[in-house]
Amino acid sequence: MIEIPILRCGEPYESIETVTLLHHATGEPFARVHQANSGMVRRDMVNMRDDALESFSISDLVAMAKKAGEIFMSATLPLGNAKQSFDEYVKQLSCSTGMPISYCRDNASKIAGVLGKMDEVLAGLTRGLDLEVLDQGFSNASGQMLSFYRAGRIFGAVLPSNSPGVHSLWAPAMVLKAPIVLKPGREEPWTPYRMIEAFAAAGFPREAMGFYPTDHGGAGELLRSADRAMLFGGGATVRPYENDPRIELHGPGYSKVILGDDVADDWAQYVDLMATSIDRNGGRSCINASAIWSPRHGREVAEAVGKALARHKALPADDPNATLAAFANPAVADQINNVIEHALSDDGAEDLCATHRGTPRLAHLGRCAYLQPSVIWCESREHTLANREFLFPYASVVECPVGEIADAIGPTLVATVITRDESFVHALMNHPNVDRLNIGNVPTWRISWDQPHEGNLFELLYRQRAFQFEPAA
Amino acid sequence: MNSATGTSVGSSIDERAAAAKVALDEHTREIVSWHFDPKTGTPFWLDYASKLDWNPRDEVKCYNDLDKFDFFEDEWLRQGKVRSWVPKAYANDPIYTFETGGSTGVPKSRINIKDFRIDYEQFSDTLSDETFPRGGDWLMLGPSGPRRLRLAVEHLCQHRGGICFCVDMDPRWVVKLIKSSRLREMHEYKDHVINQGLTLLRAHKNIQCLFTTPKLLEALCERVSLVEYGIKGVFCGGTQLTAQFHRFAREELLEGKIDFVPTYGNTLMGLACHKPFDPADNYSVIYHPPSPRAMIEVVEPDDTRKVVEYGKVGRARLTTLTKEFFMPRFLERDEGVRTRPCEEYPWDGVADVRPFSGFATPIVEGVY
Repeated sequence: MIEIPILRCGEPYESIETVTLLHHATGEPFARVHQANSGMVRRDMVNMRDDALESFSISDLVAMAKKAGEIFMSATLPLGNAKQSFDEYVKQLSCSTGMPISYCRDNASKIAGVLGKMDEVLAGLTRGLDLEVLDQGFSNASGQMLSFYRAGRIFGAVLPSNSPGVHSLWAPAMVLKAPIVLKPGREEPWTPYRMIEAFAAAGFPREAMGFYPTDHGGAGELLRSADRAMLFGGGATVRPYENDPRIELHGPGYSKVILGDDVADDWAQYVDLMATSIDRNGGRSCINASAIWSPRHGREVAEAVGKALARHKALPADDPNATLAAFANPAVADQINNVIEHALSDDGAEDLCATHRGTPRLAHLGRCAYLQPSVIWCESREHTLANREFLFPYASVVECPVGEIADAIGPTLVATVITRDESFVHALMNHPNVDRLNIGNVPTWRISWDQPHEGNLFELLYRQRAFQFEPAA
Repeated sequence: MNSATGTSVGSSIDERAAAAKVALDEHTREIVSWHFDPKTGTPFWLDYASKLDWNPRDEVKCYNDLDKFDFFEDEWLRQGKVRSWVPKAYANDPIYTFETGGSTGVPKSRINIKDFRIDYEQFSDTLSDETFPRGGDWLMLGPSGPRRLRLAVEHLCQHRGGICFCVDMDPRWVVKLIKSSRLREMHEYKDHVINQGLTLLRAHKNIQCLFTTPKLLEALCERVSLVEYGIKGVFCGGTQLTAQFHRFAREELLEGKIDFVPTYGNTLMGLACHKPFDPADNYSVIYHPPSPRAMIEVVEPDDTRKVVEYGKVGRARLTTLTKEFFMPRFLERDEGVRTRPCEEYPWDGVADVRPFSGFATPIVEGVY
């Protein structure tokens, strides 16, 4: 049995309470994750040193992050009282989450990539600010006095289990000198734990990093105690924090591919783009498209995309051809399937992927459940299934006049818009509904890490202050 | 003779368990006879008996015969006829009513005359004079209002020669704040309670004992060292206490220097004591009911007449047997692990109590 301890300001602590992780395919218990009580989270965060990274320069931290990325991908690192190679990490990650091994490797590479080019990431977040200003507090190098202070003294993150790639989002906080406190997702302690060990091996002080598997109450204490934080979760999870400016919310993405009036008749050229936006990474990310909007030909689009996605079949996670994640908890797949089936029983919606695949959406392999792709043609954009997001390759297809799209799409994390119509682009550019905007043939999942994602981490952590300096005579 | 347990120390646990069983059977007969006697009895139970085709006074000869009753329904305590619960023998005594529940809807009301004093005097016998010193003053930092807790803790303190300082906390308001996601207000309210407690601790140097709830203990210890404030013993209860919290409280909040006494109780049953701390229990919080005045049994969730095997999880089933209140076979909204009799309490206990997992809708819990 693998023991995954709490890391209290970097130091391992074994709790009396543990959560046992089961192998998604065999049901065998294979790891115990030690659980922090909520009071411990609070107590440690109150007592944590918020200046533990201040003695390092940003350029040193950038170099250390790069080294951490290399270590993350290659080294054998501590895991509780045991050791973990990279291959073991990938296997363990797949075991508890049901993600295909190949996807686990891809996501690890994504994390290492962000760590390796942290200077570019920071340049994007700070718009090219000379980062020395963060070391000395102010700078007059460009002839204009600039000063920043770190409002995010302790940075917290309540993390998900759906896709390891999201861990690249909190990593820059360490380089921006904010000590971190992480609450991992229930089935995915592996990636944040390994990242912390990689950071430590690269020279980051352990006391600047906390790892606290905990329950809902503990997550609440973390968010209350952090000066700034990230929260991942569904709508009900993030709703209580919607008006809390300290917390950057990463809720459902509702990402979309949108066809303009000028390209709608050429929709067939974009089927591959639409399909990959939906199915990449098993369709589990907020940056996967969950809807396609077009002014016309909606049903034909749904037919074609459904046909393209019908090739995905349930396969064991260690099969090199696996493209769908198993549900570690089969009951969750059942529930999602029931929700969709119930909504399909109303008129006005049809799963056109299922008709091409010829088998039901819900599939079982041994004790595992899988949800095979769904492309739902909705006759009305008001249909219950038109604006939903699920943890598998799922998308609705709706028709909407281009002039109404910007107002009608609702909150959209990523919009890939295919059009040459400048006025349509302009309308979307100016609309607060869209967080990340891709114009042209860009899959929704293609992320430029030098661009902000659901908020700008630098702006969350730092505040600009007015500053004047006149040396004493 | 141990006055708390009513049994002789020295004989084997098995012998003492058998003696306790005999005492429980005898006590059960006495209490059933009392509540169903037309002269002394409780109007509710007399009315209940008039609809039965059997006579409880004749047919209840031992504790297990209580299975002849239907399960006690807490709705009976919400029907607005609180006087129907006052035994005729006590009709002219001053009556308290204490409430439980009530975040929404009508709370359950239980009448009380002296029970809360008796329960807490017995509990007092289990406390150490070293860590809960006689003559030491107390701070009661927790729910008061319609609950019996404030009066009970105050009586405990007085019984031990102290004076009790009290700060109120209204859990019904806290539940509302949590349900409506007003977390900031909830923490402001908690700070308001803690600030009042700190003011009292700073002003009254003879406060050496504390009653509070787990959440308030955490909040208090975030602000001050209770060791430095001269606290010697903490009596903690009111909501779920996990083994990890138990360890955290002893090792960190109380710095390994203050006695920590967790309890499990409610208005309907009384107060269950914690088995004295033993490292071999790995911080598991094990409670034993105040037999024969009340019993906690761990029963199969799907067959609630059947007690589970030792070491197995089941639903808590409470029975209260005092002259003031008779409550046979009430299914509590908690579950736990059945444990064996121990040296101090030679009857079954229950460990690791937590909210019953069989409910479809989660209960807002742990607000204290």
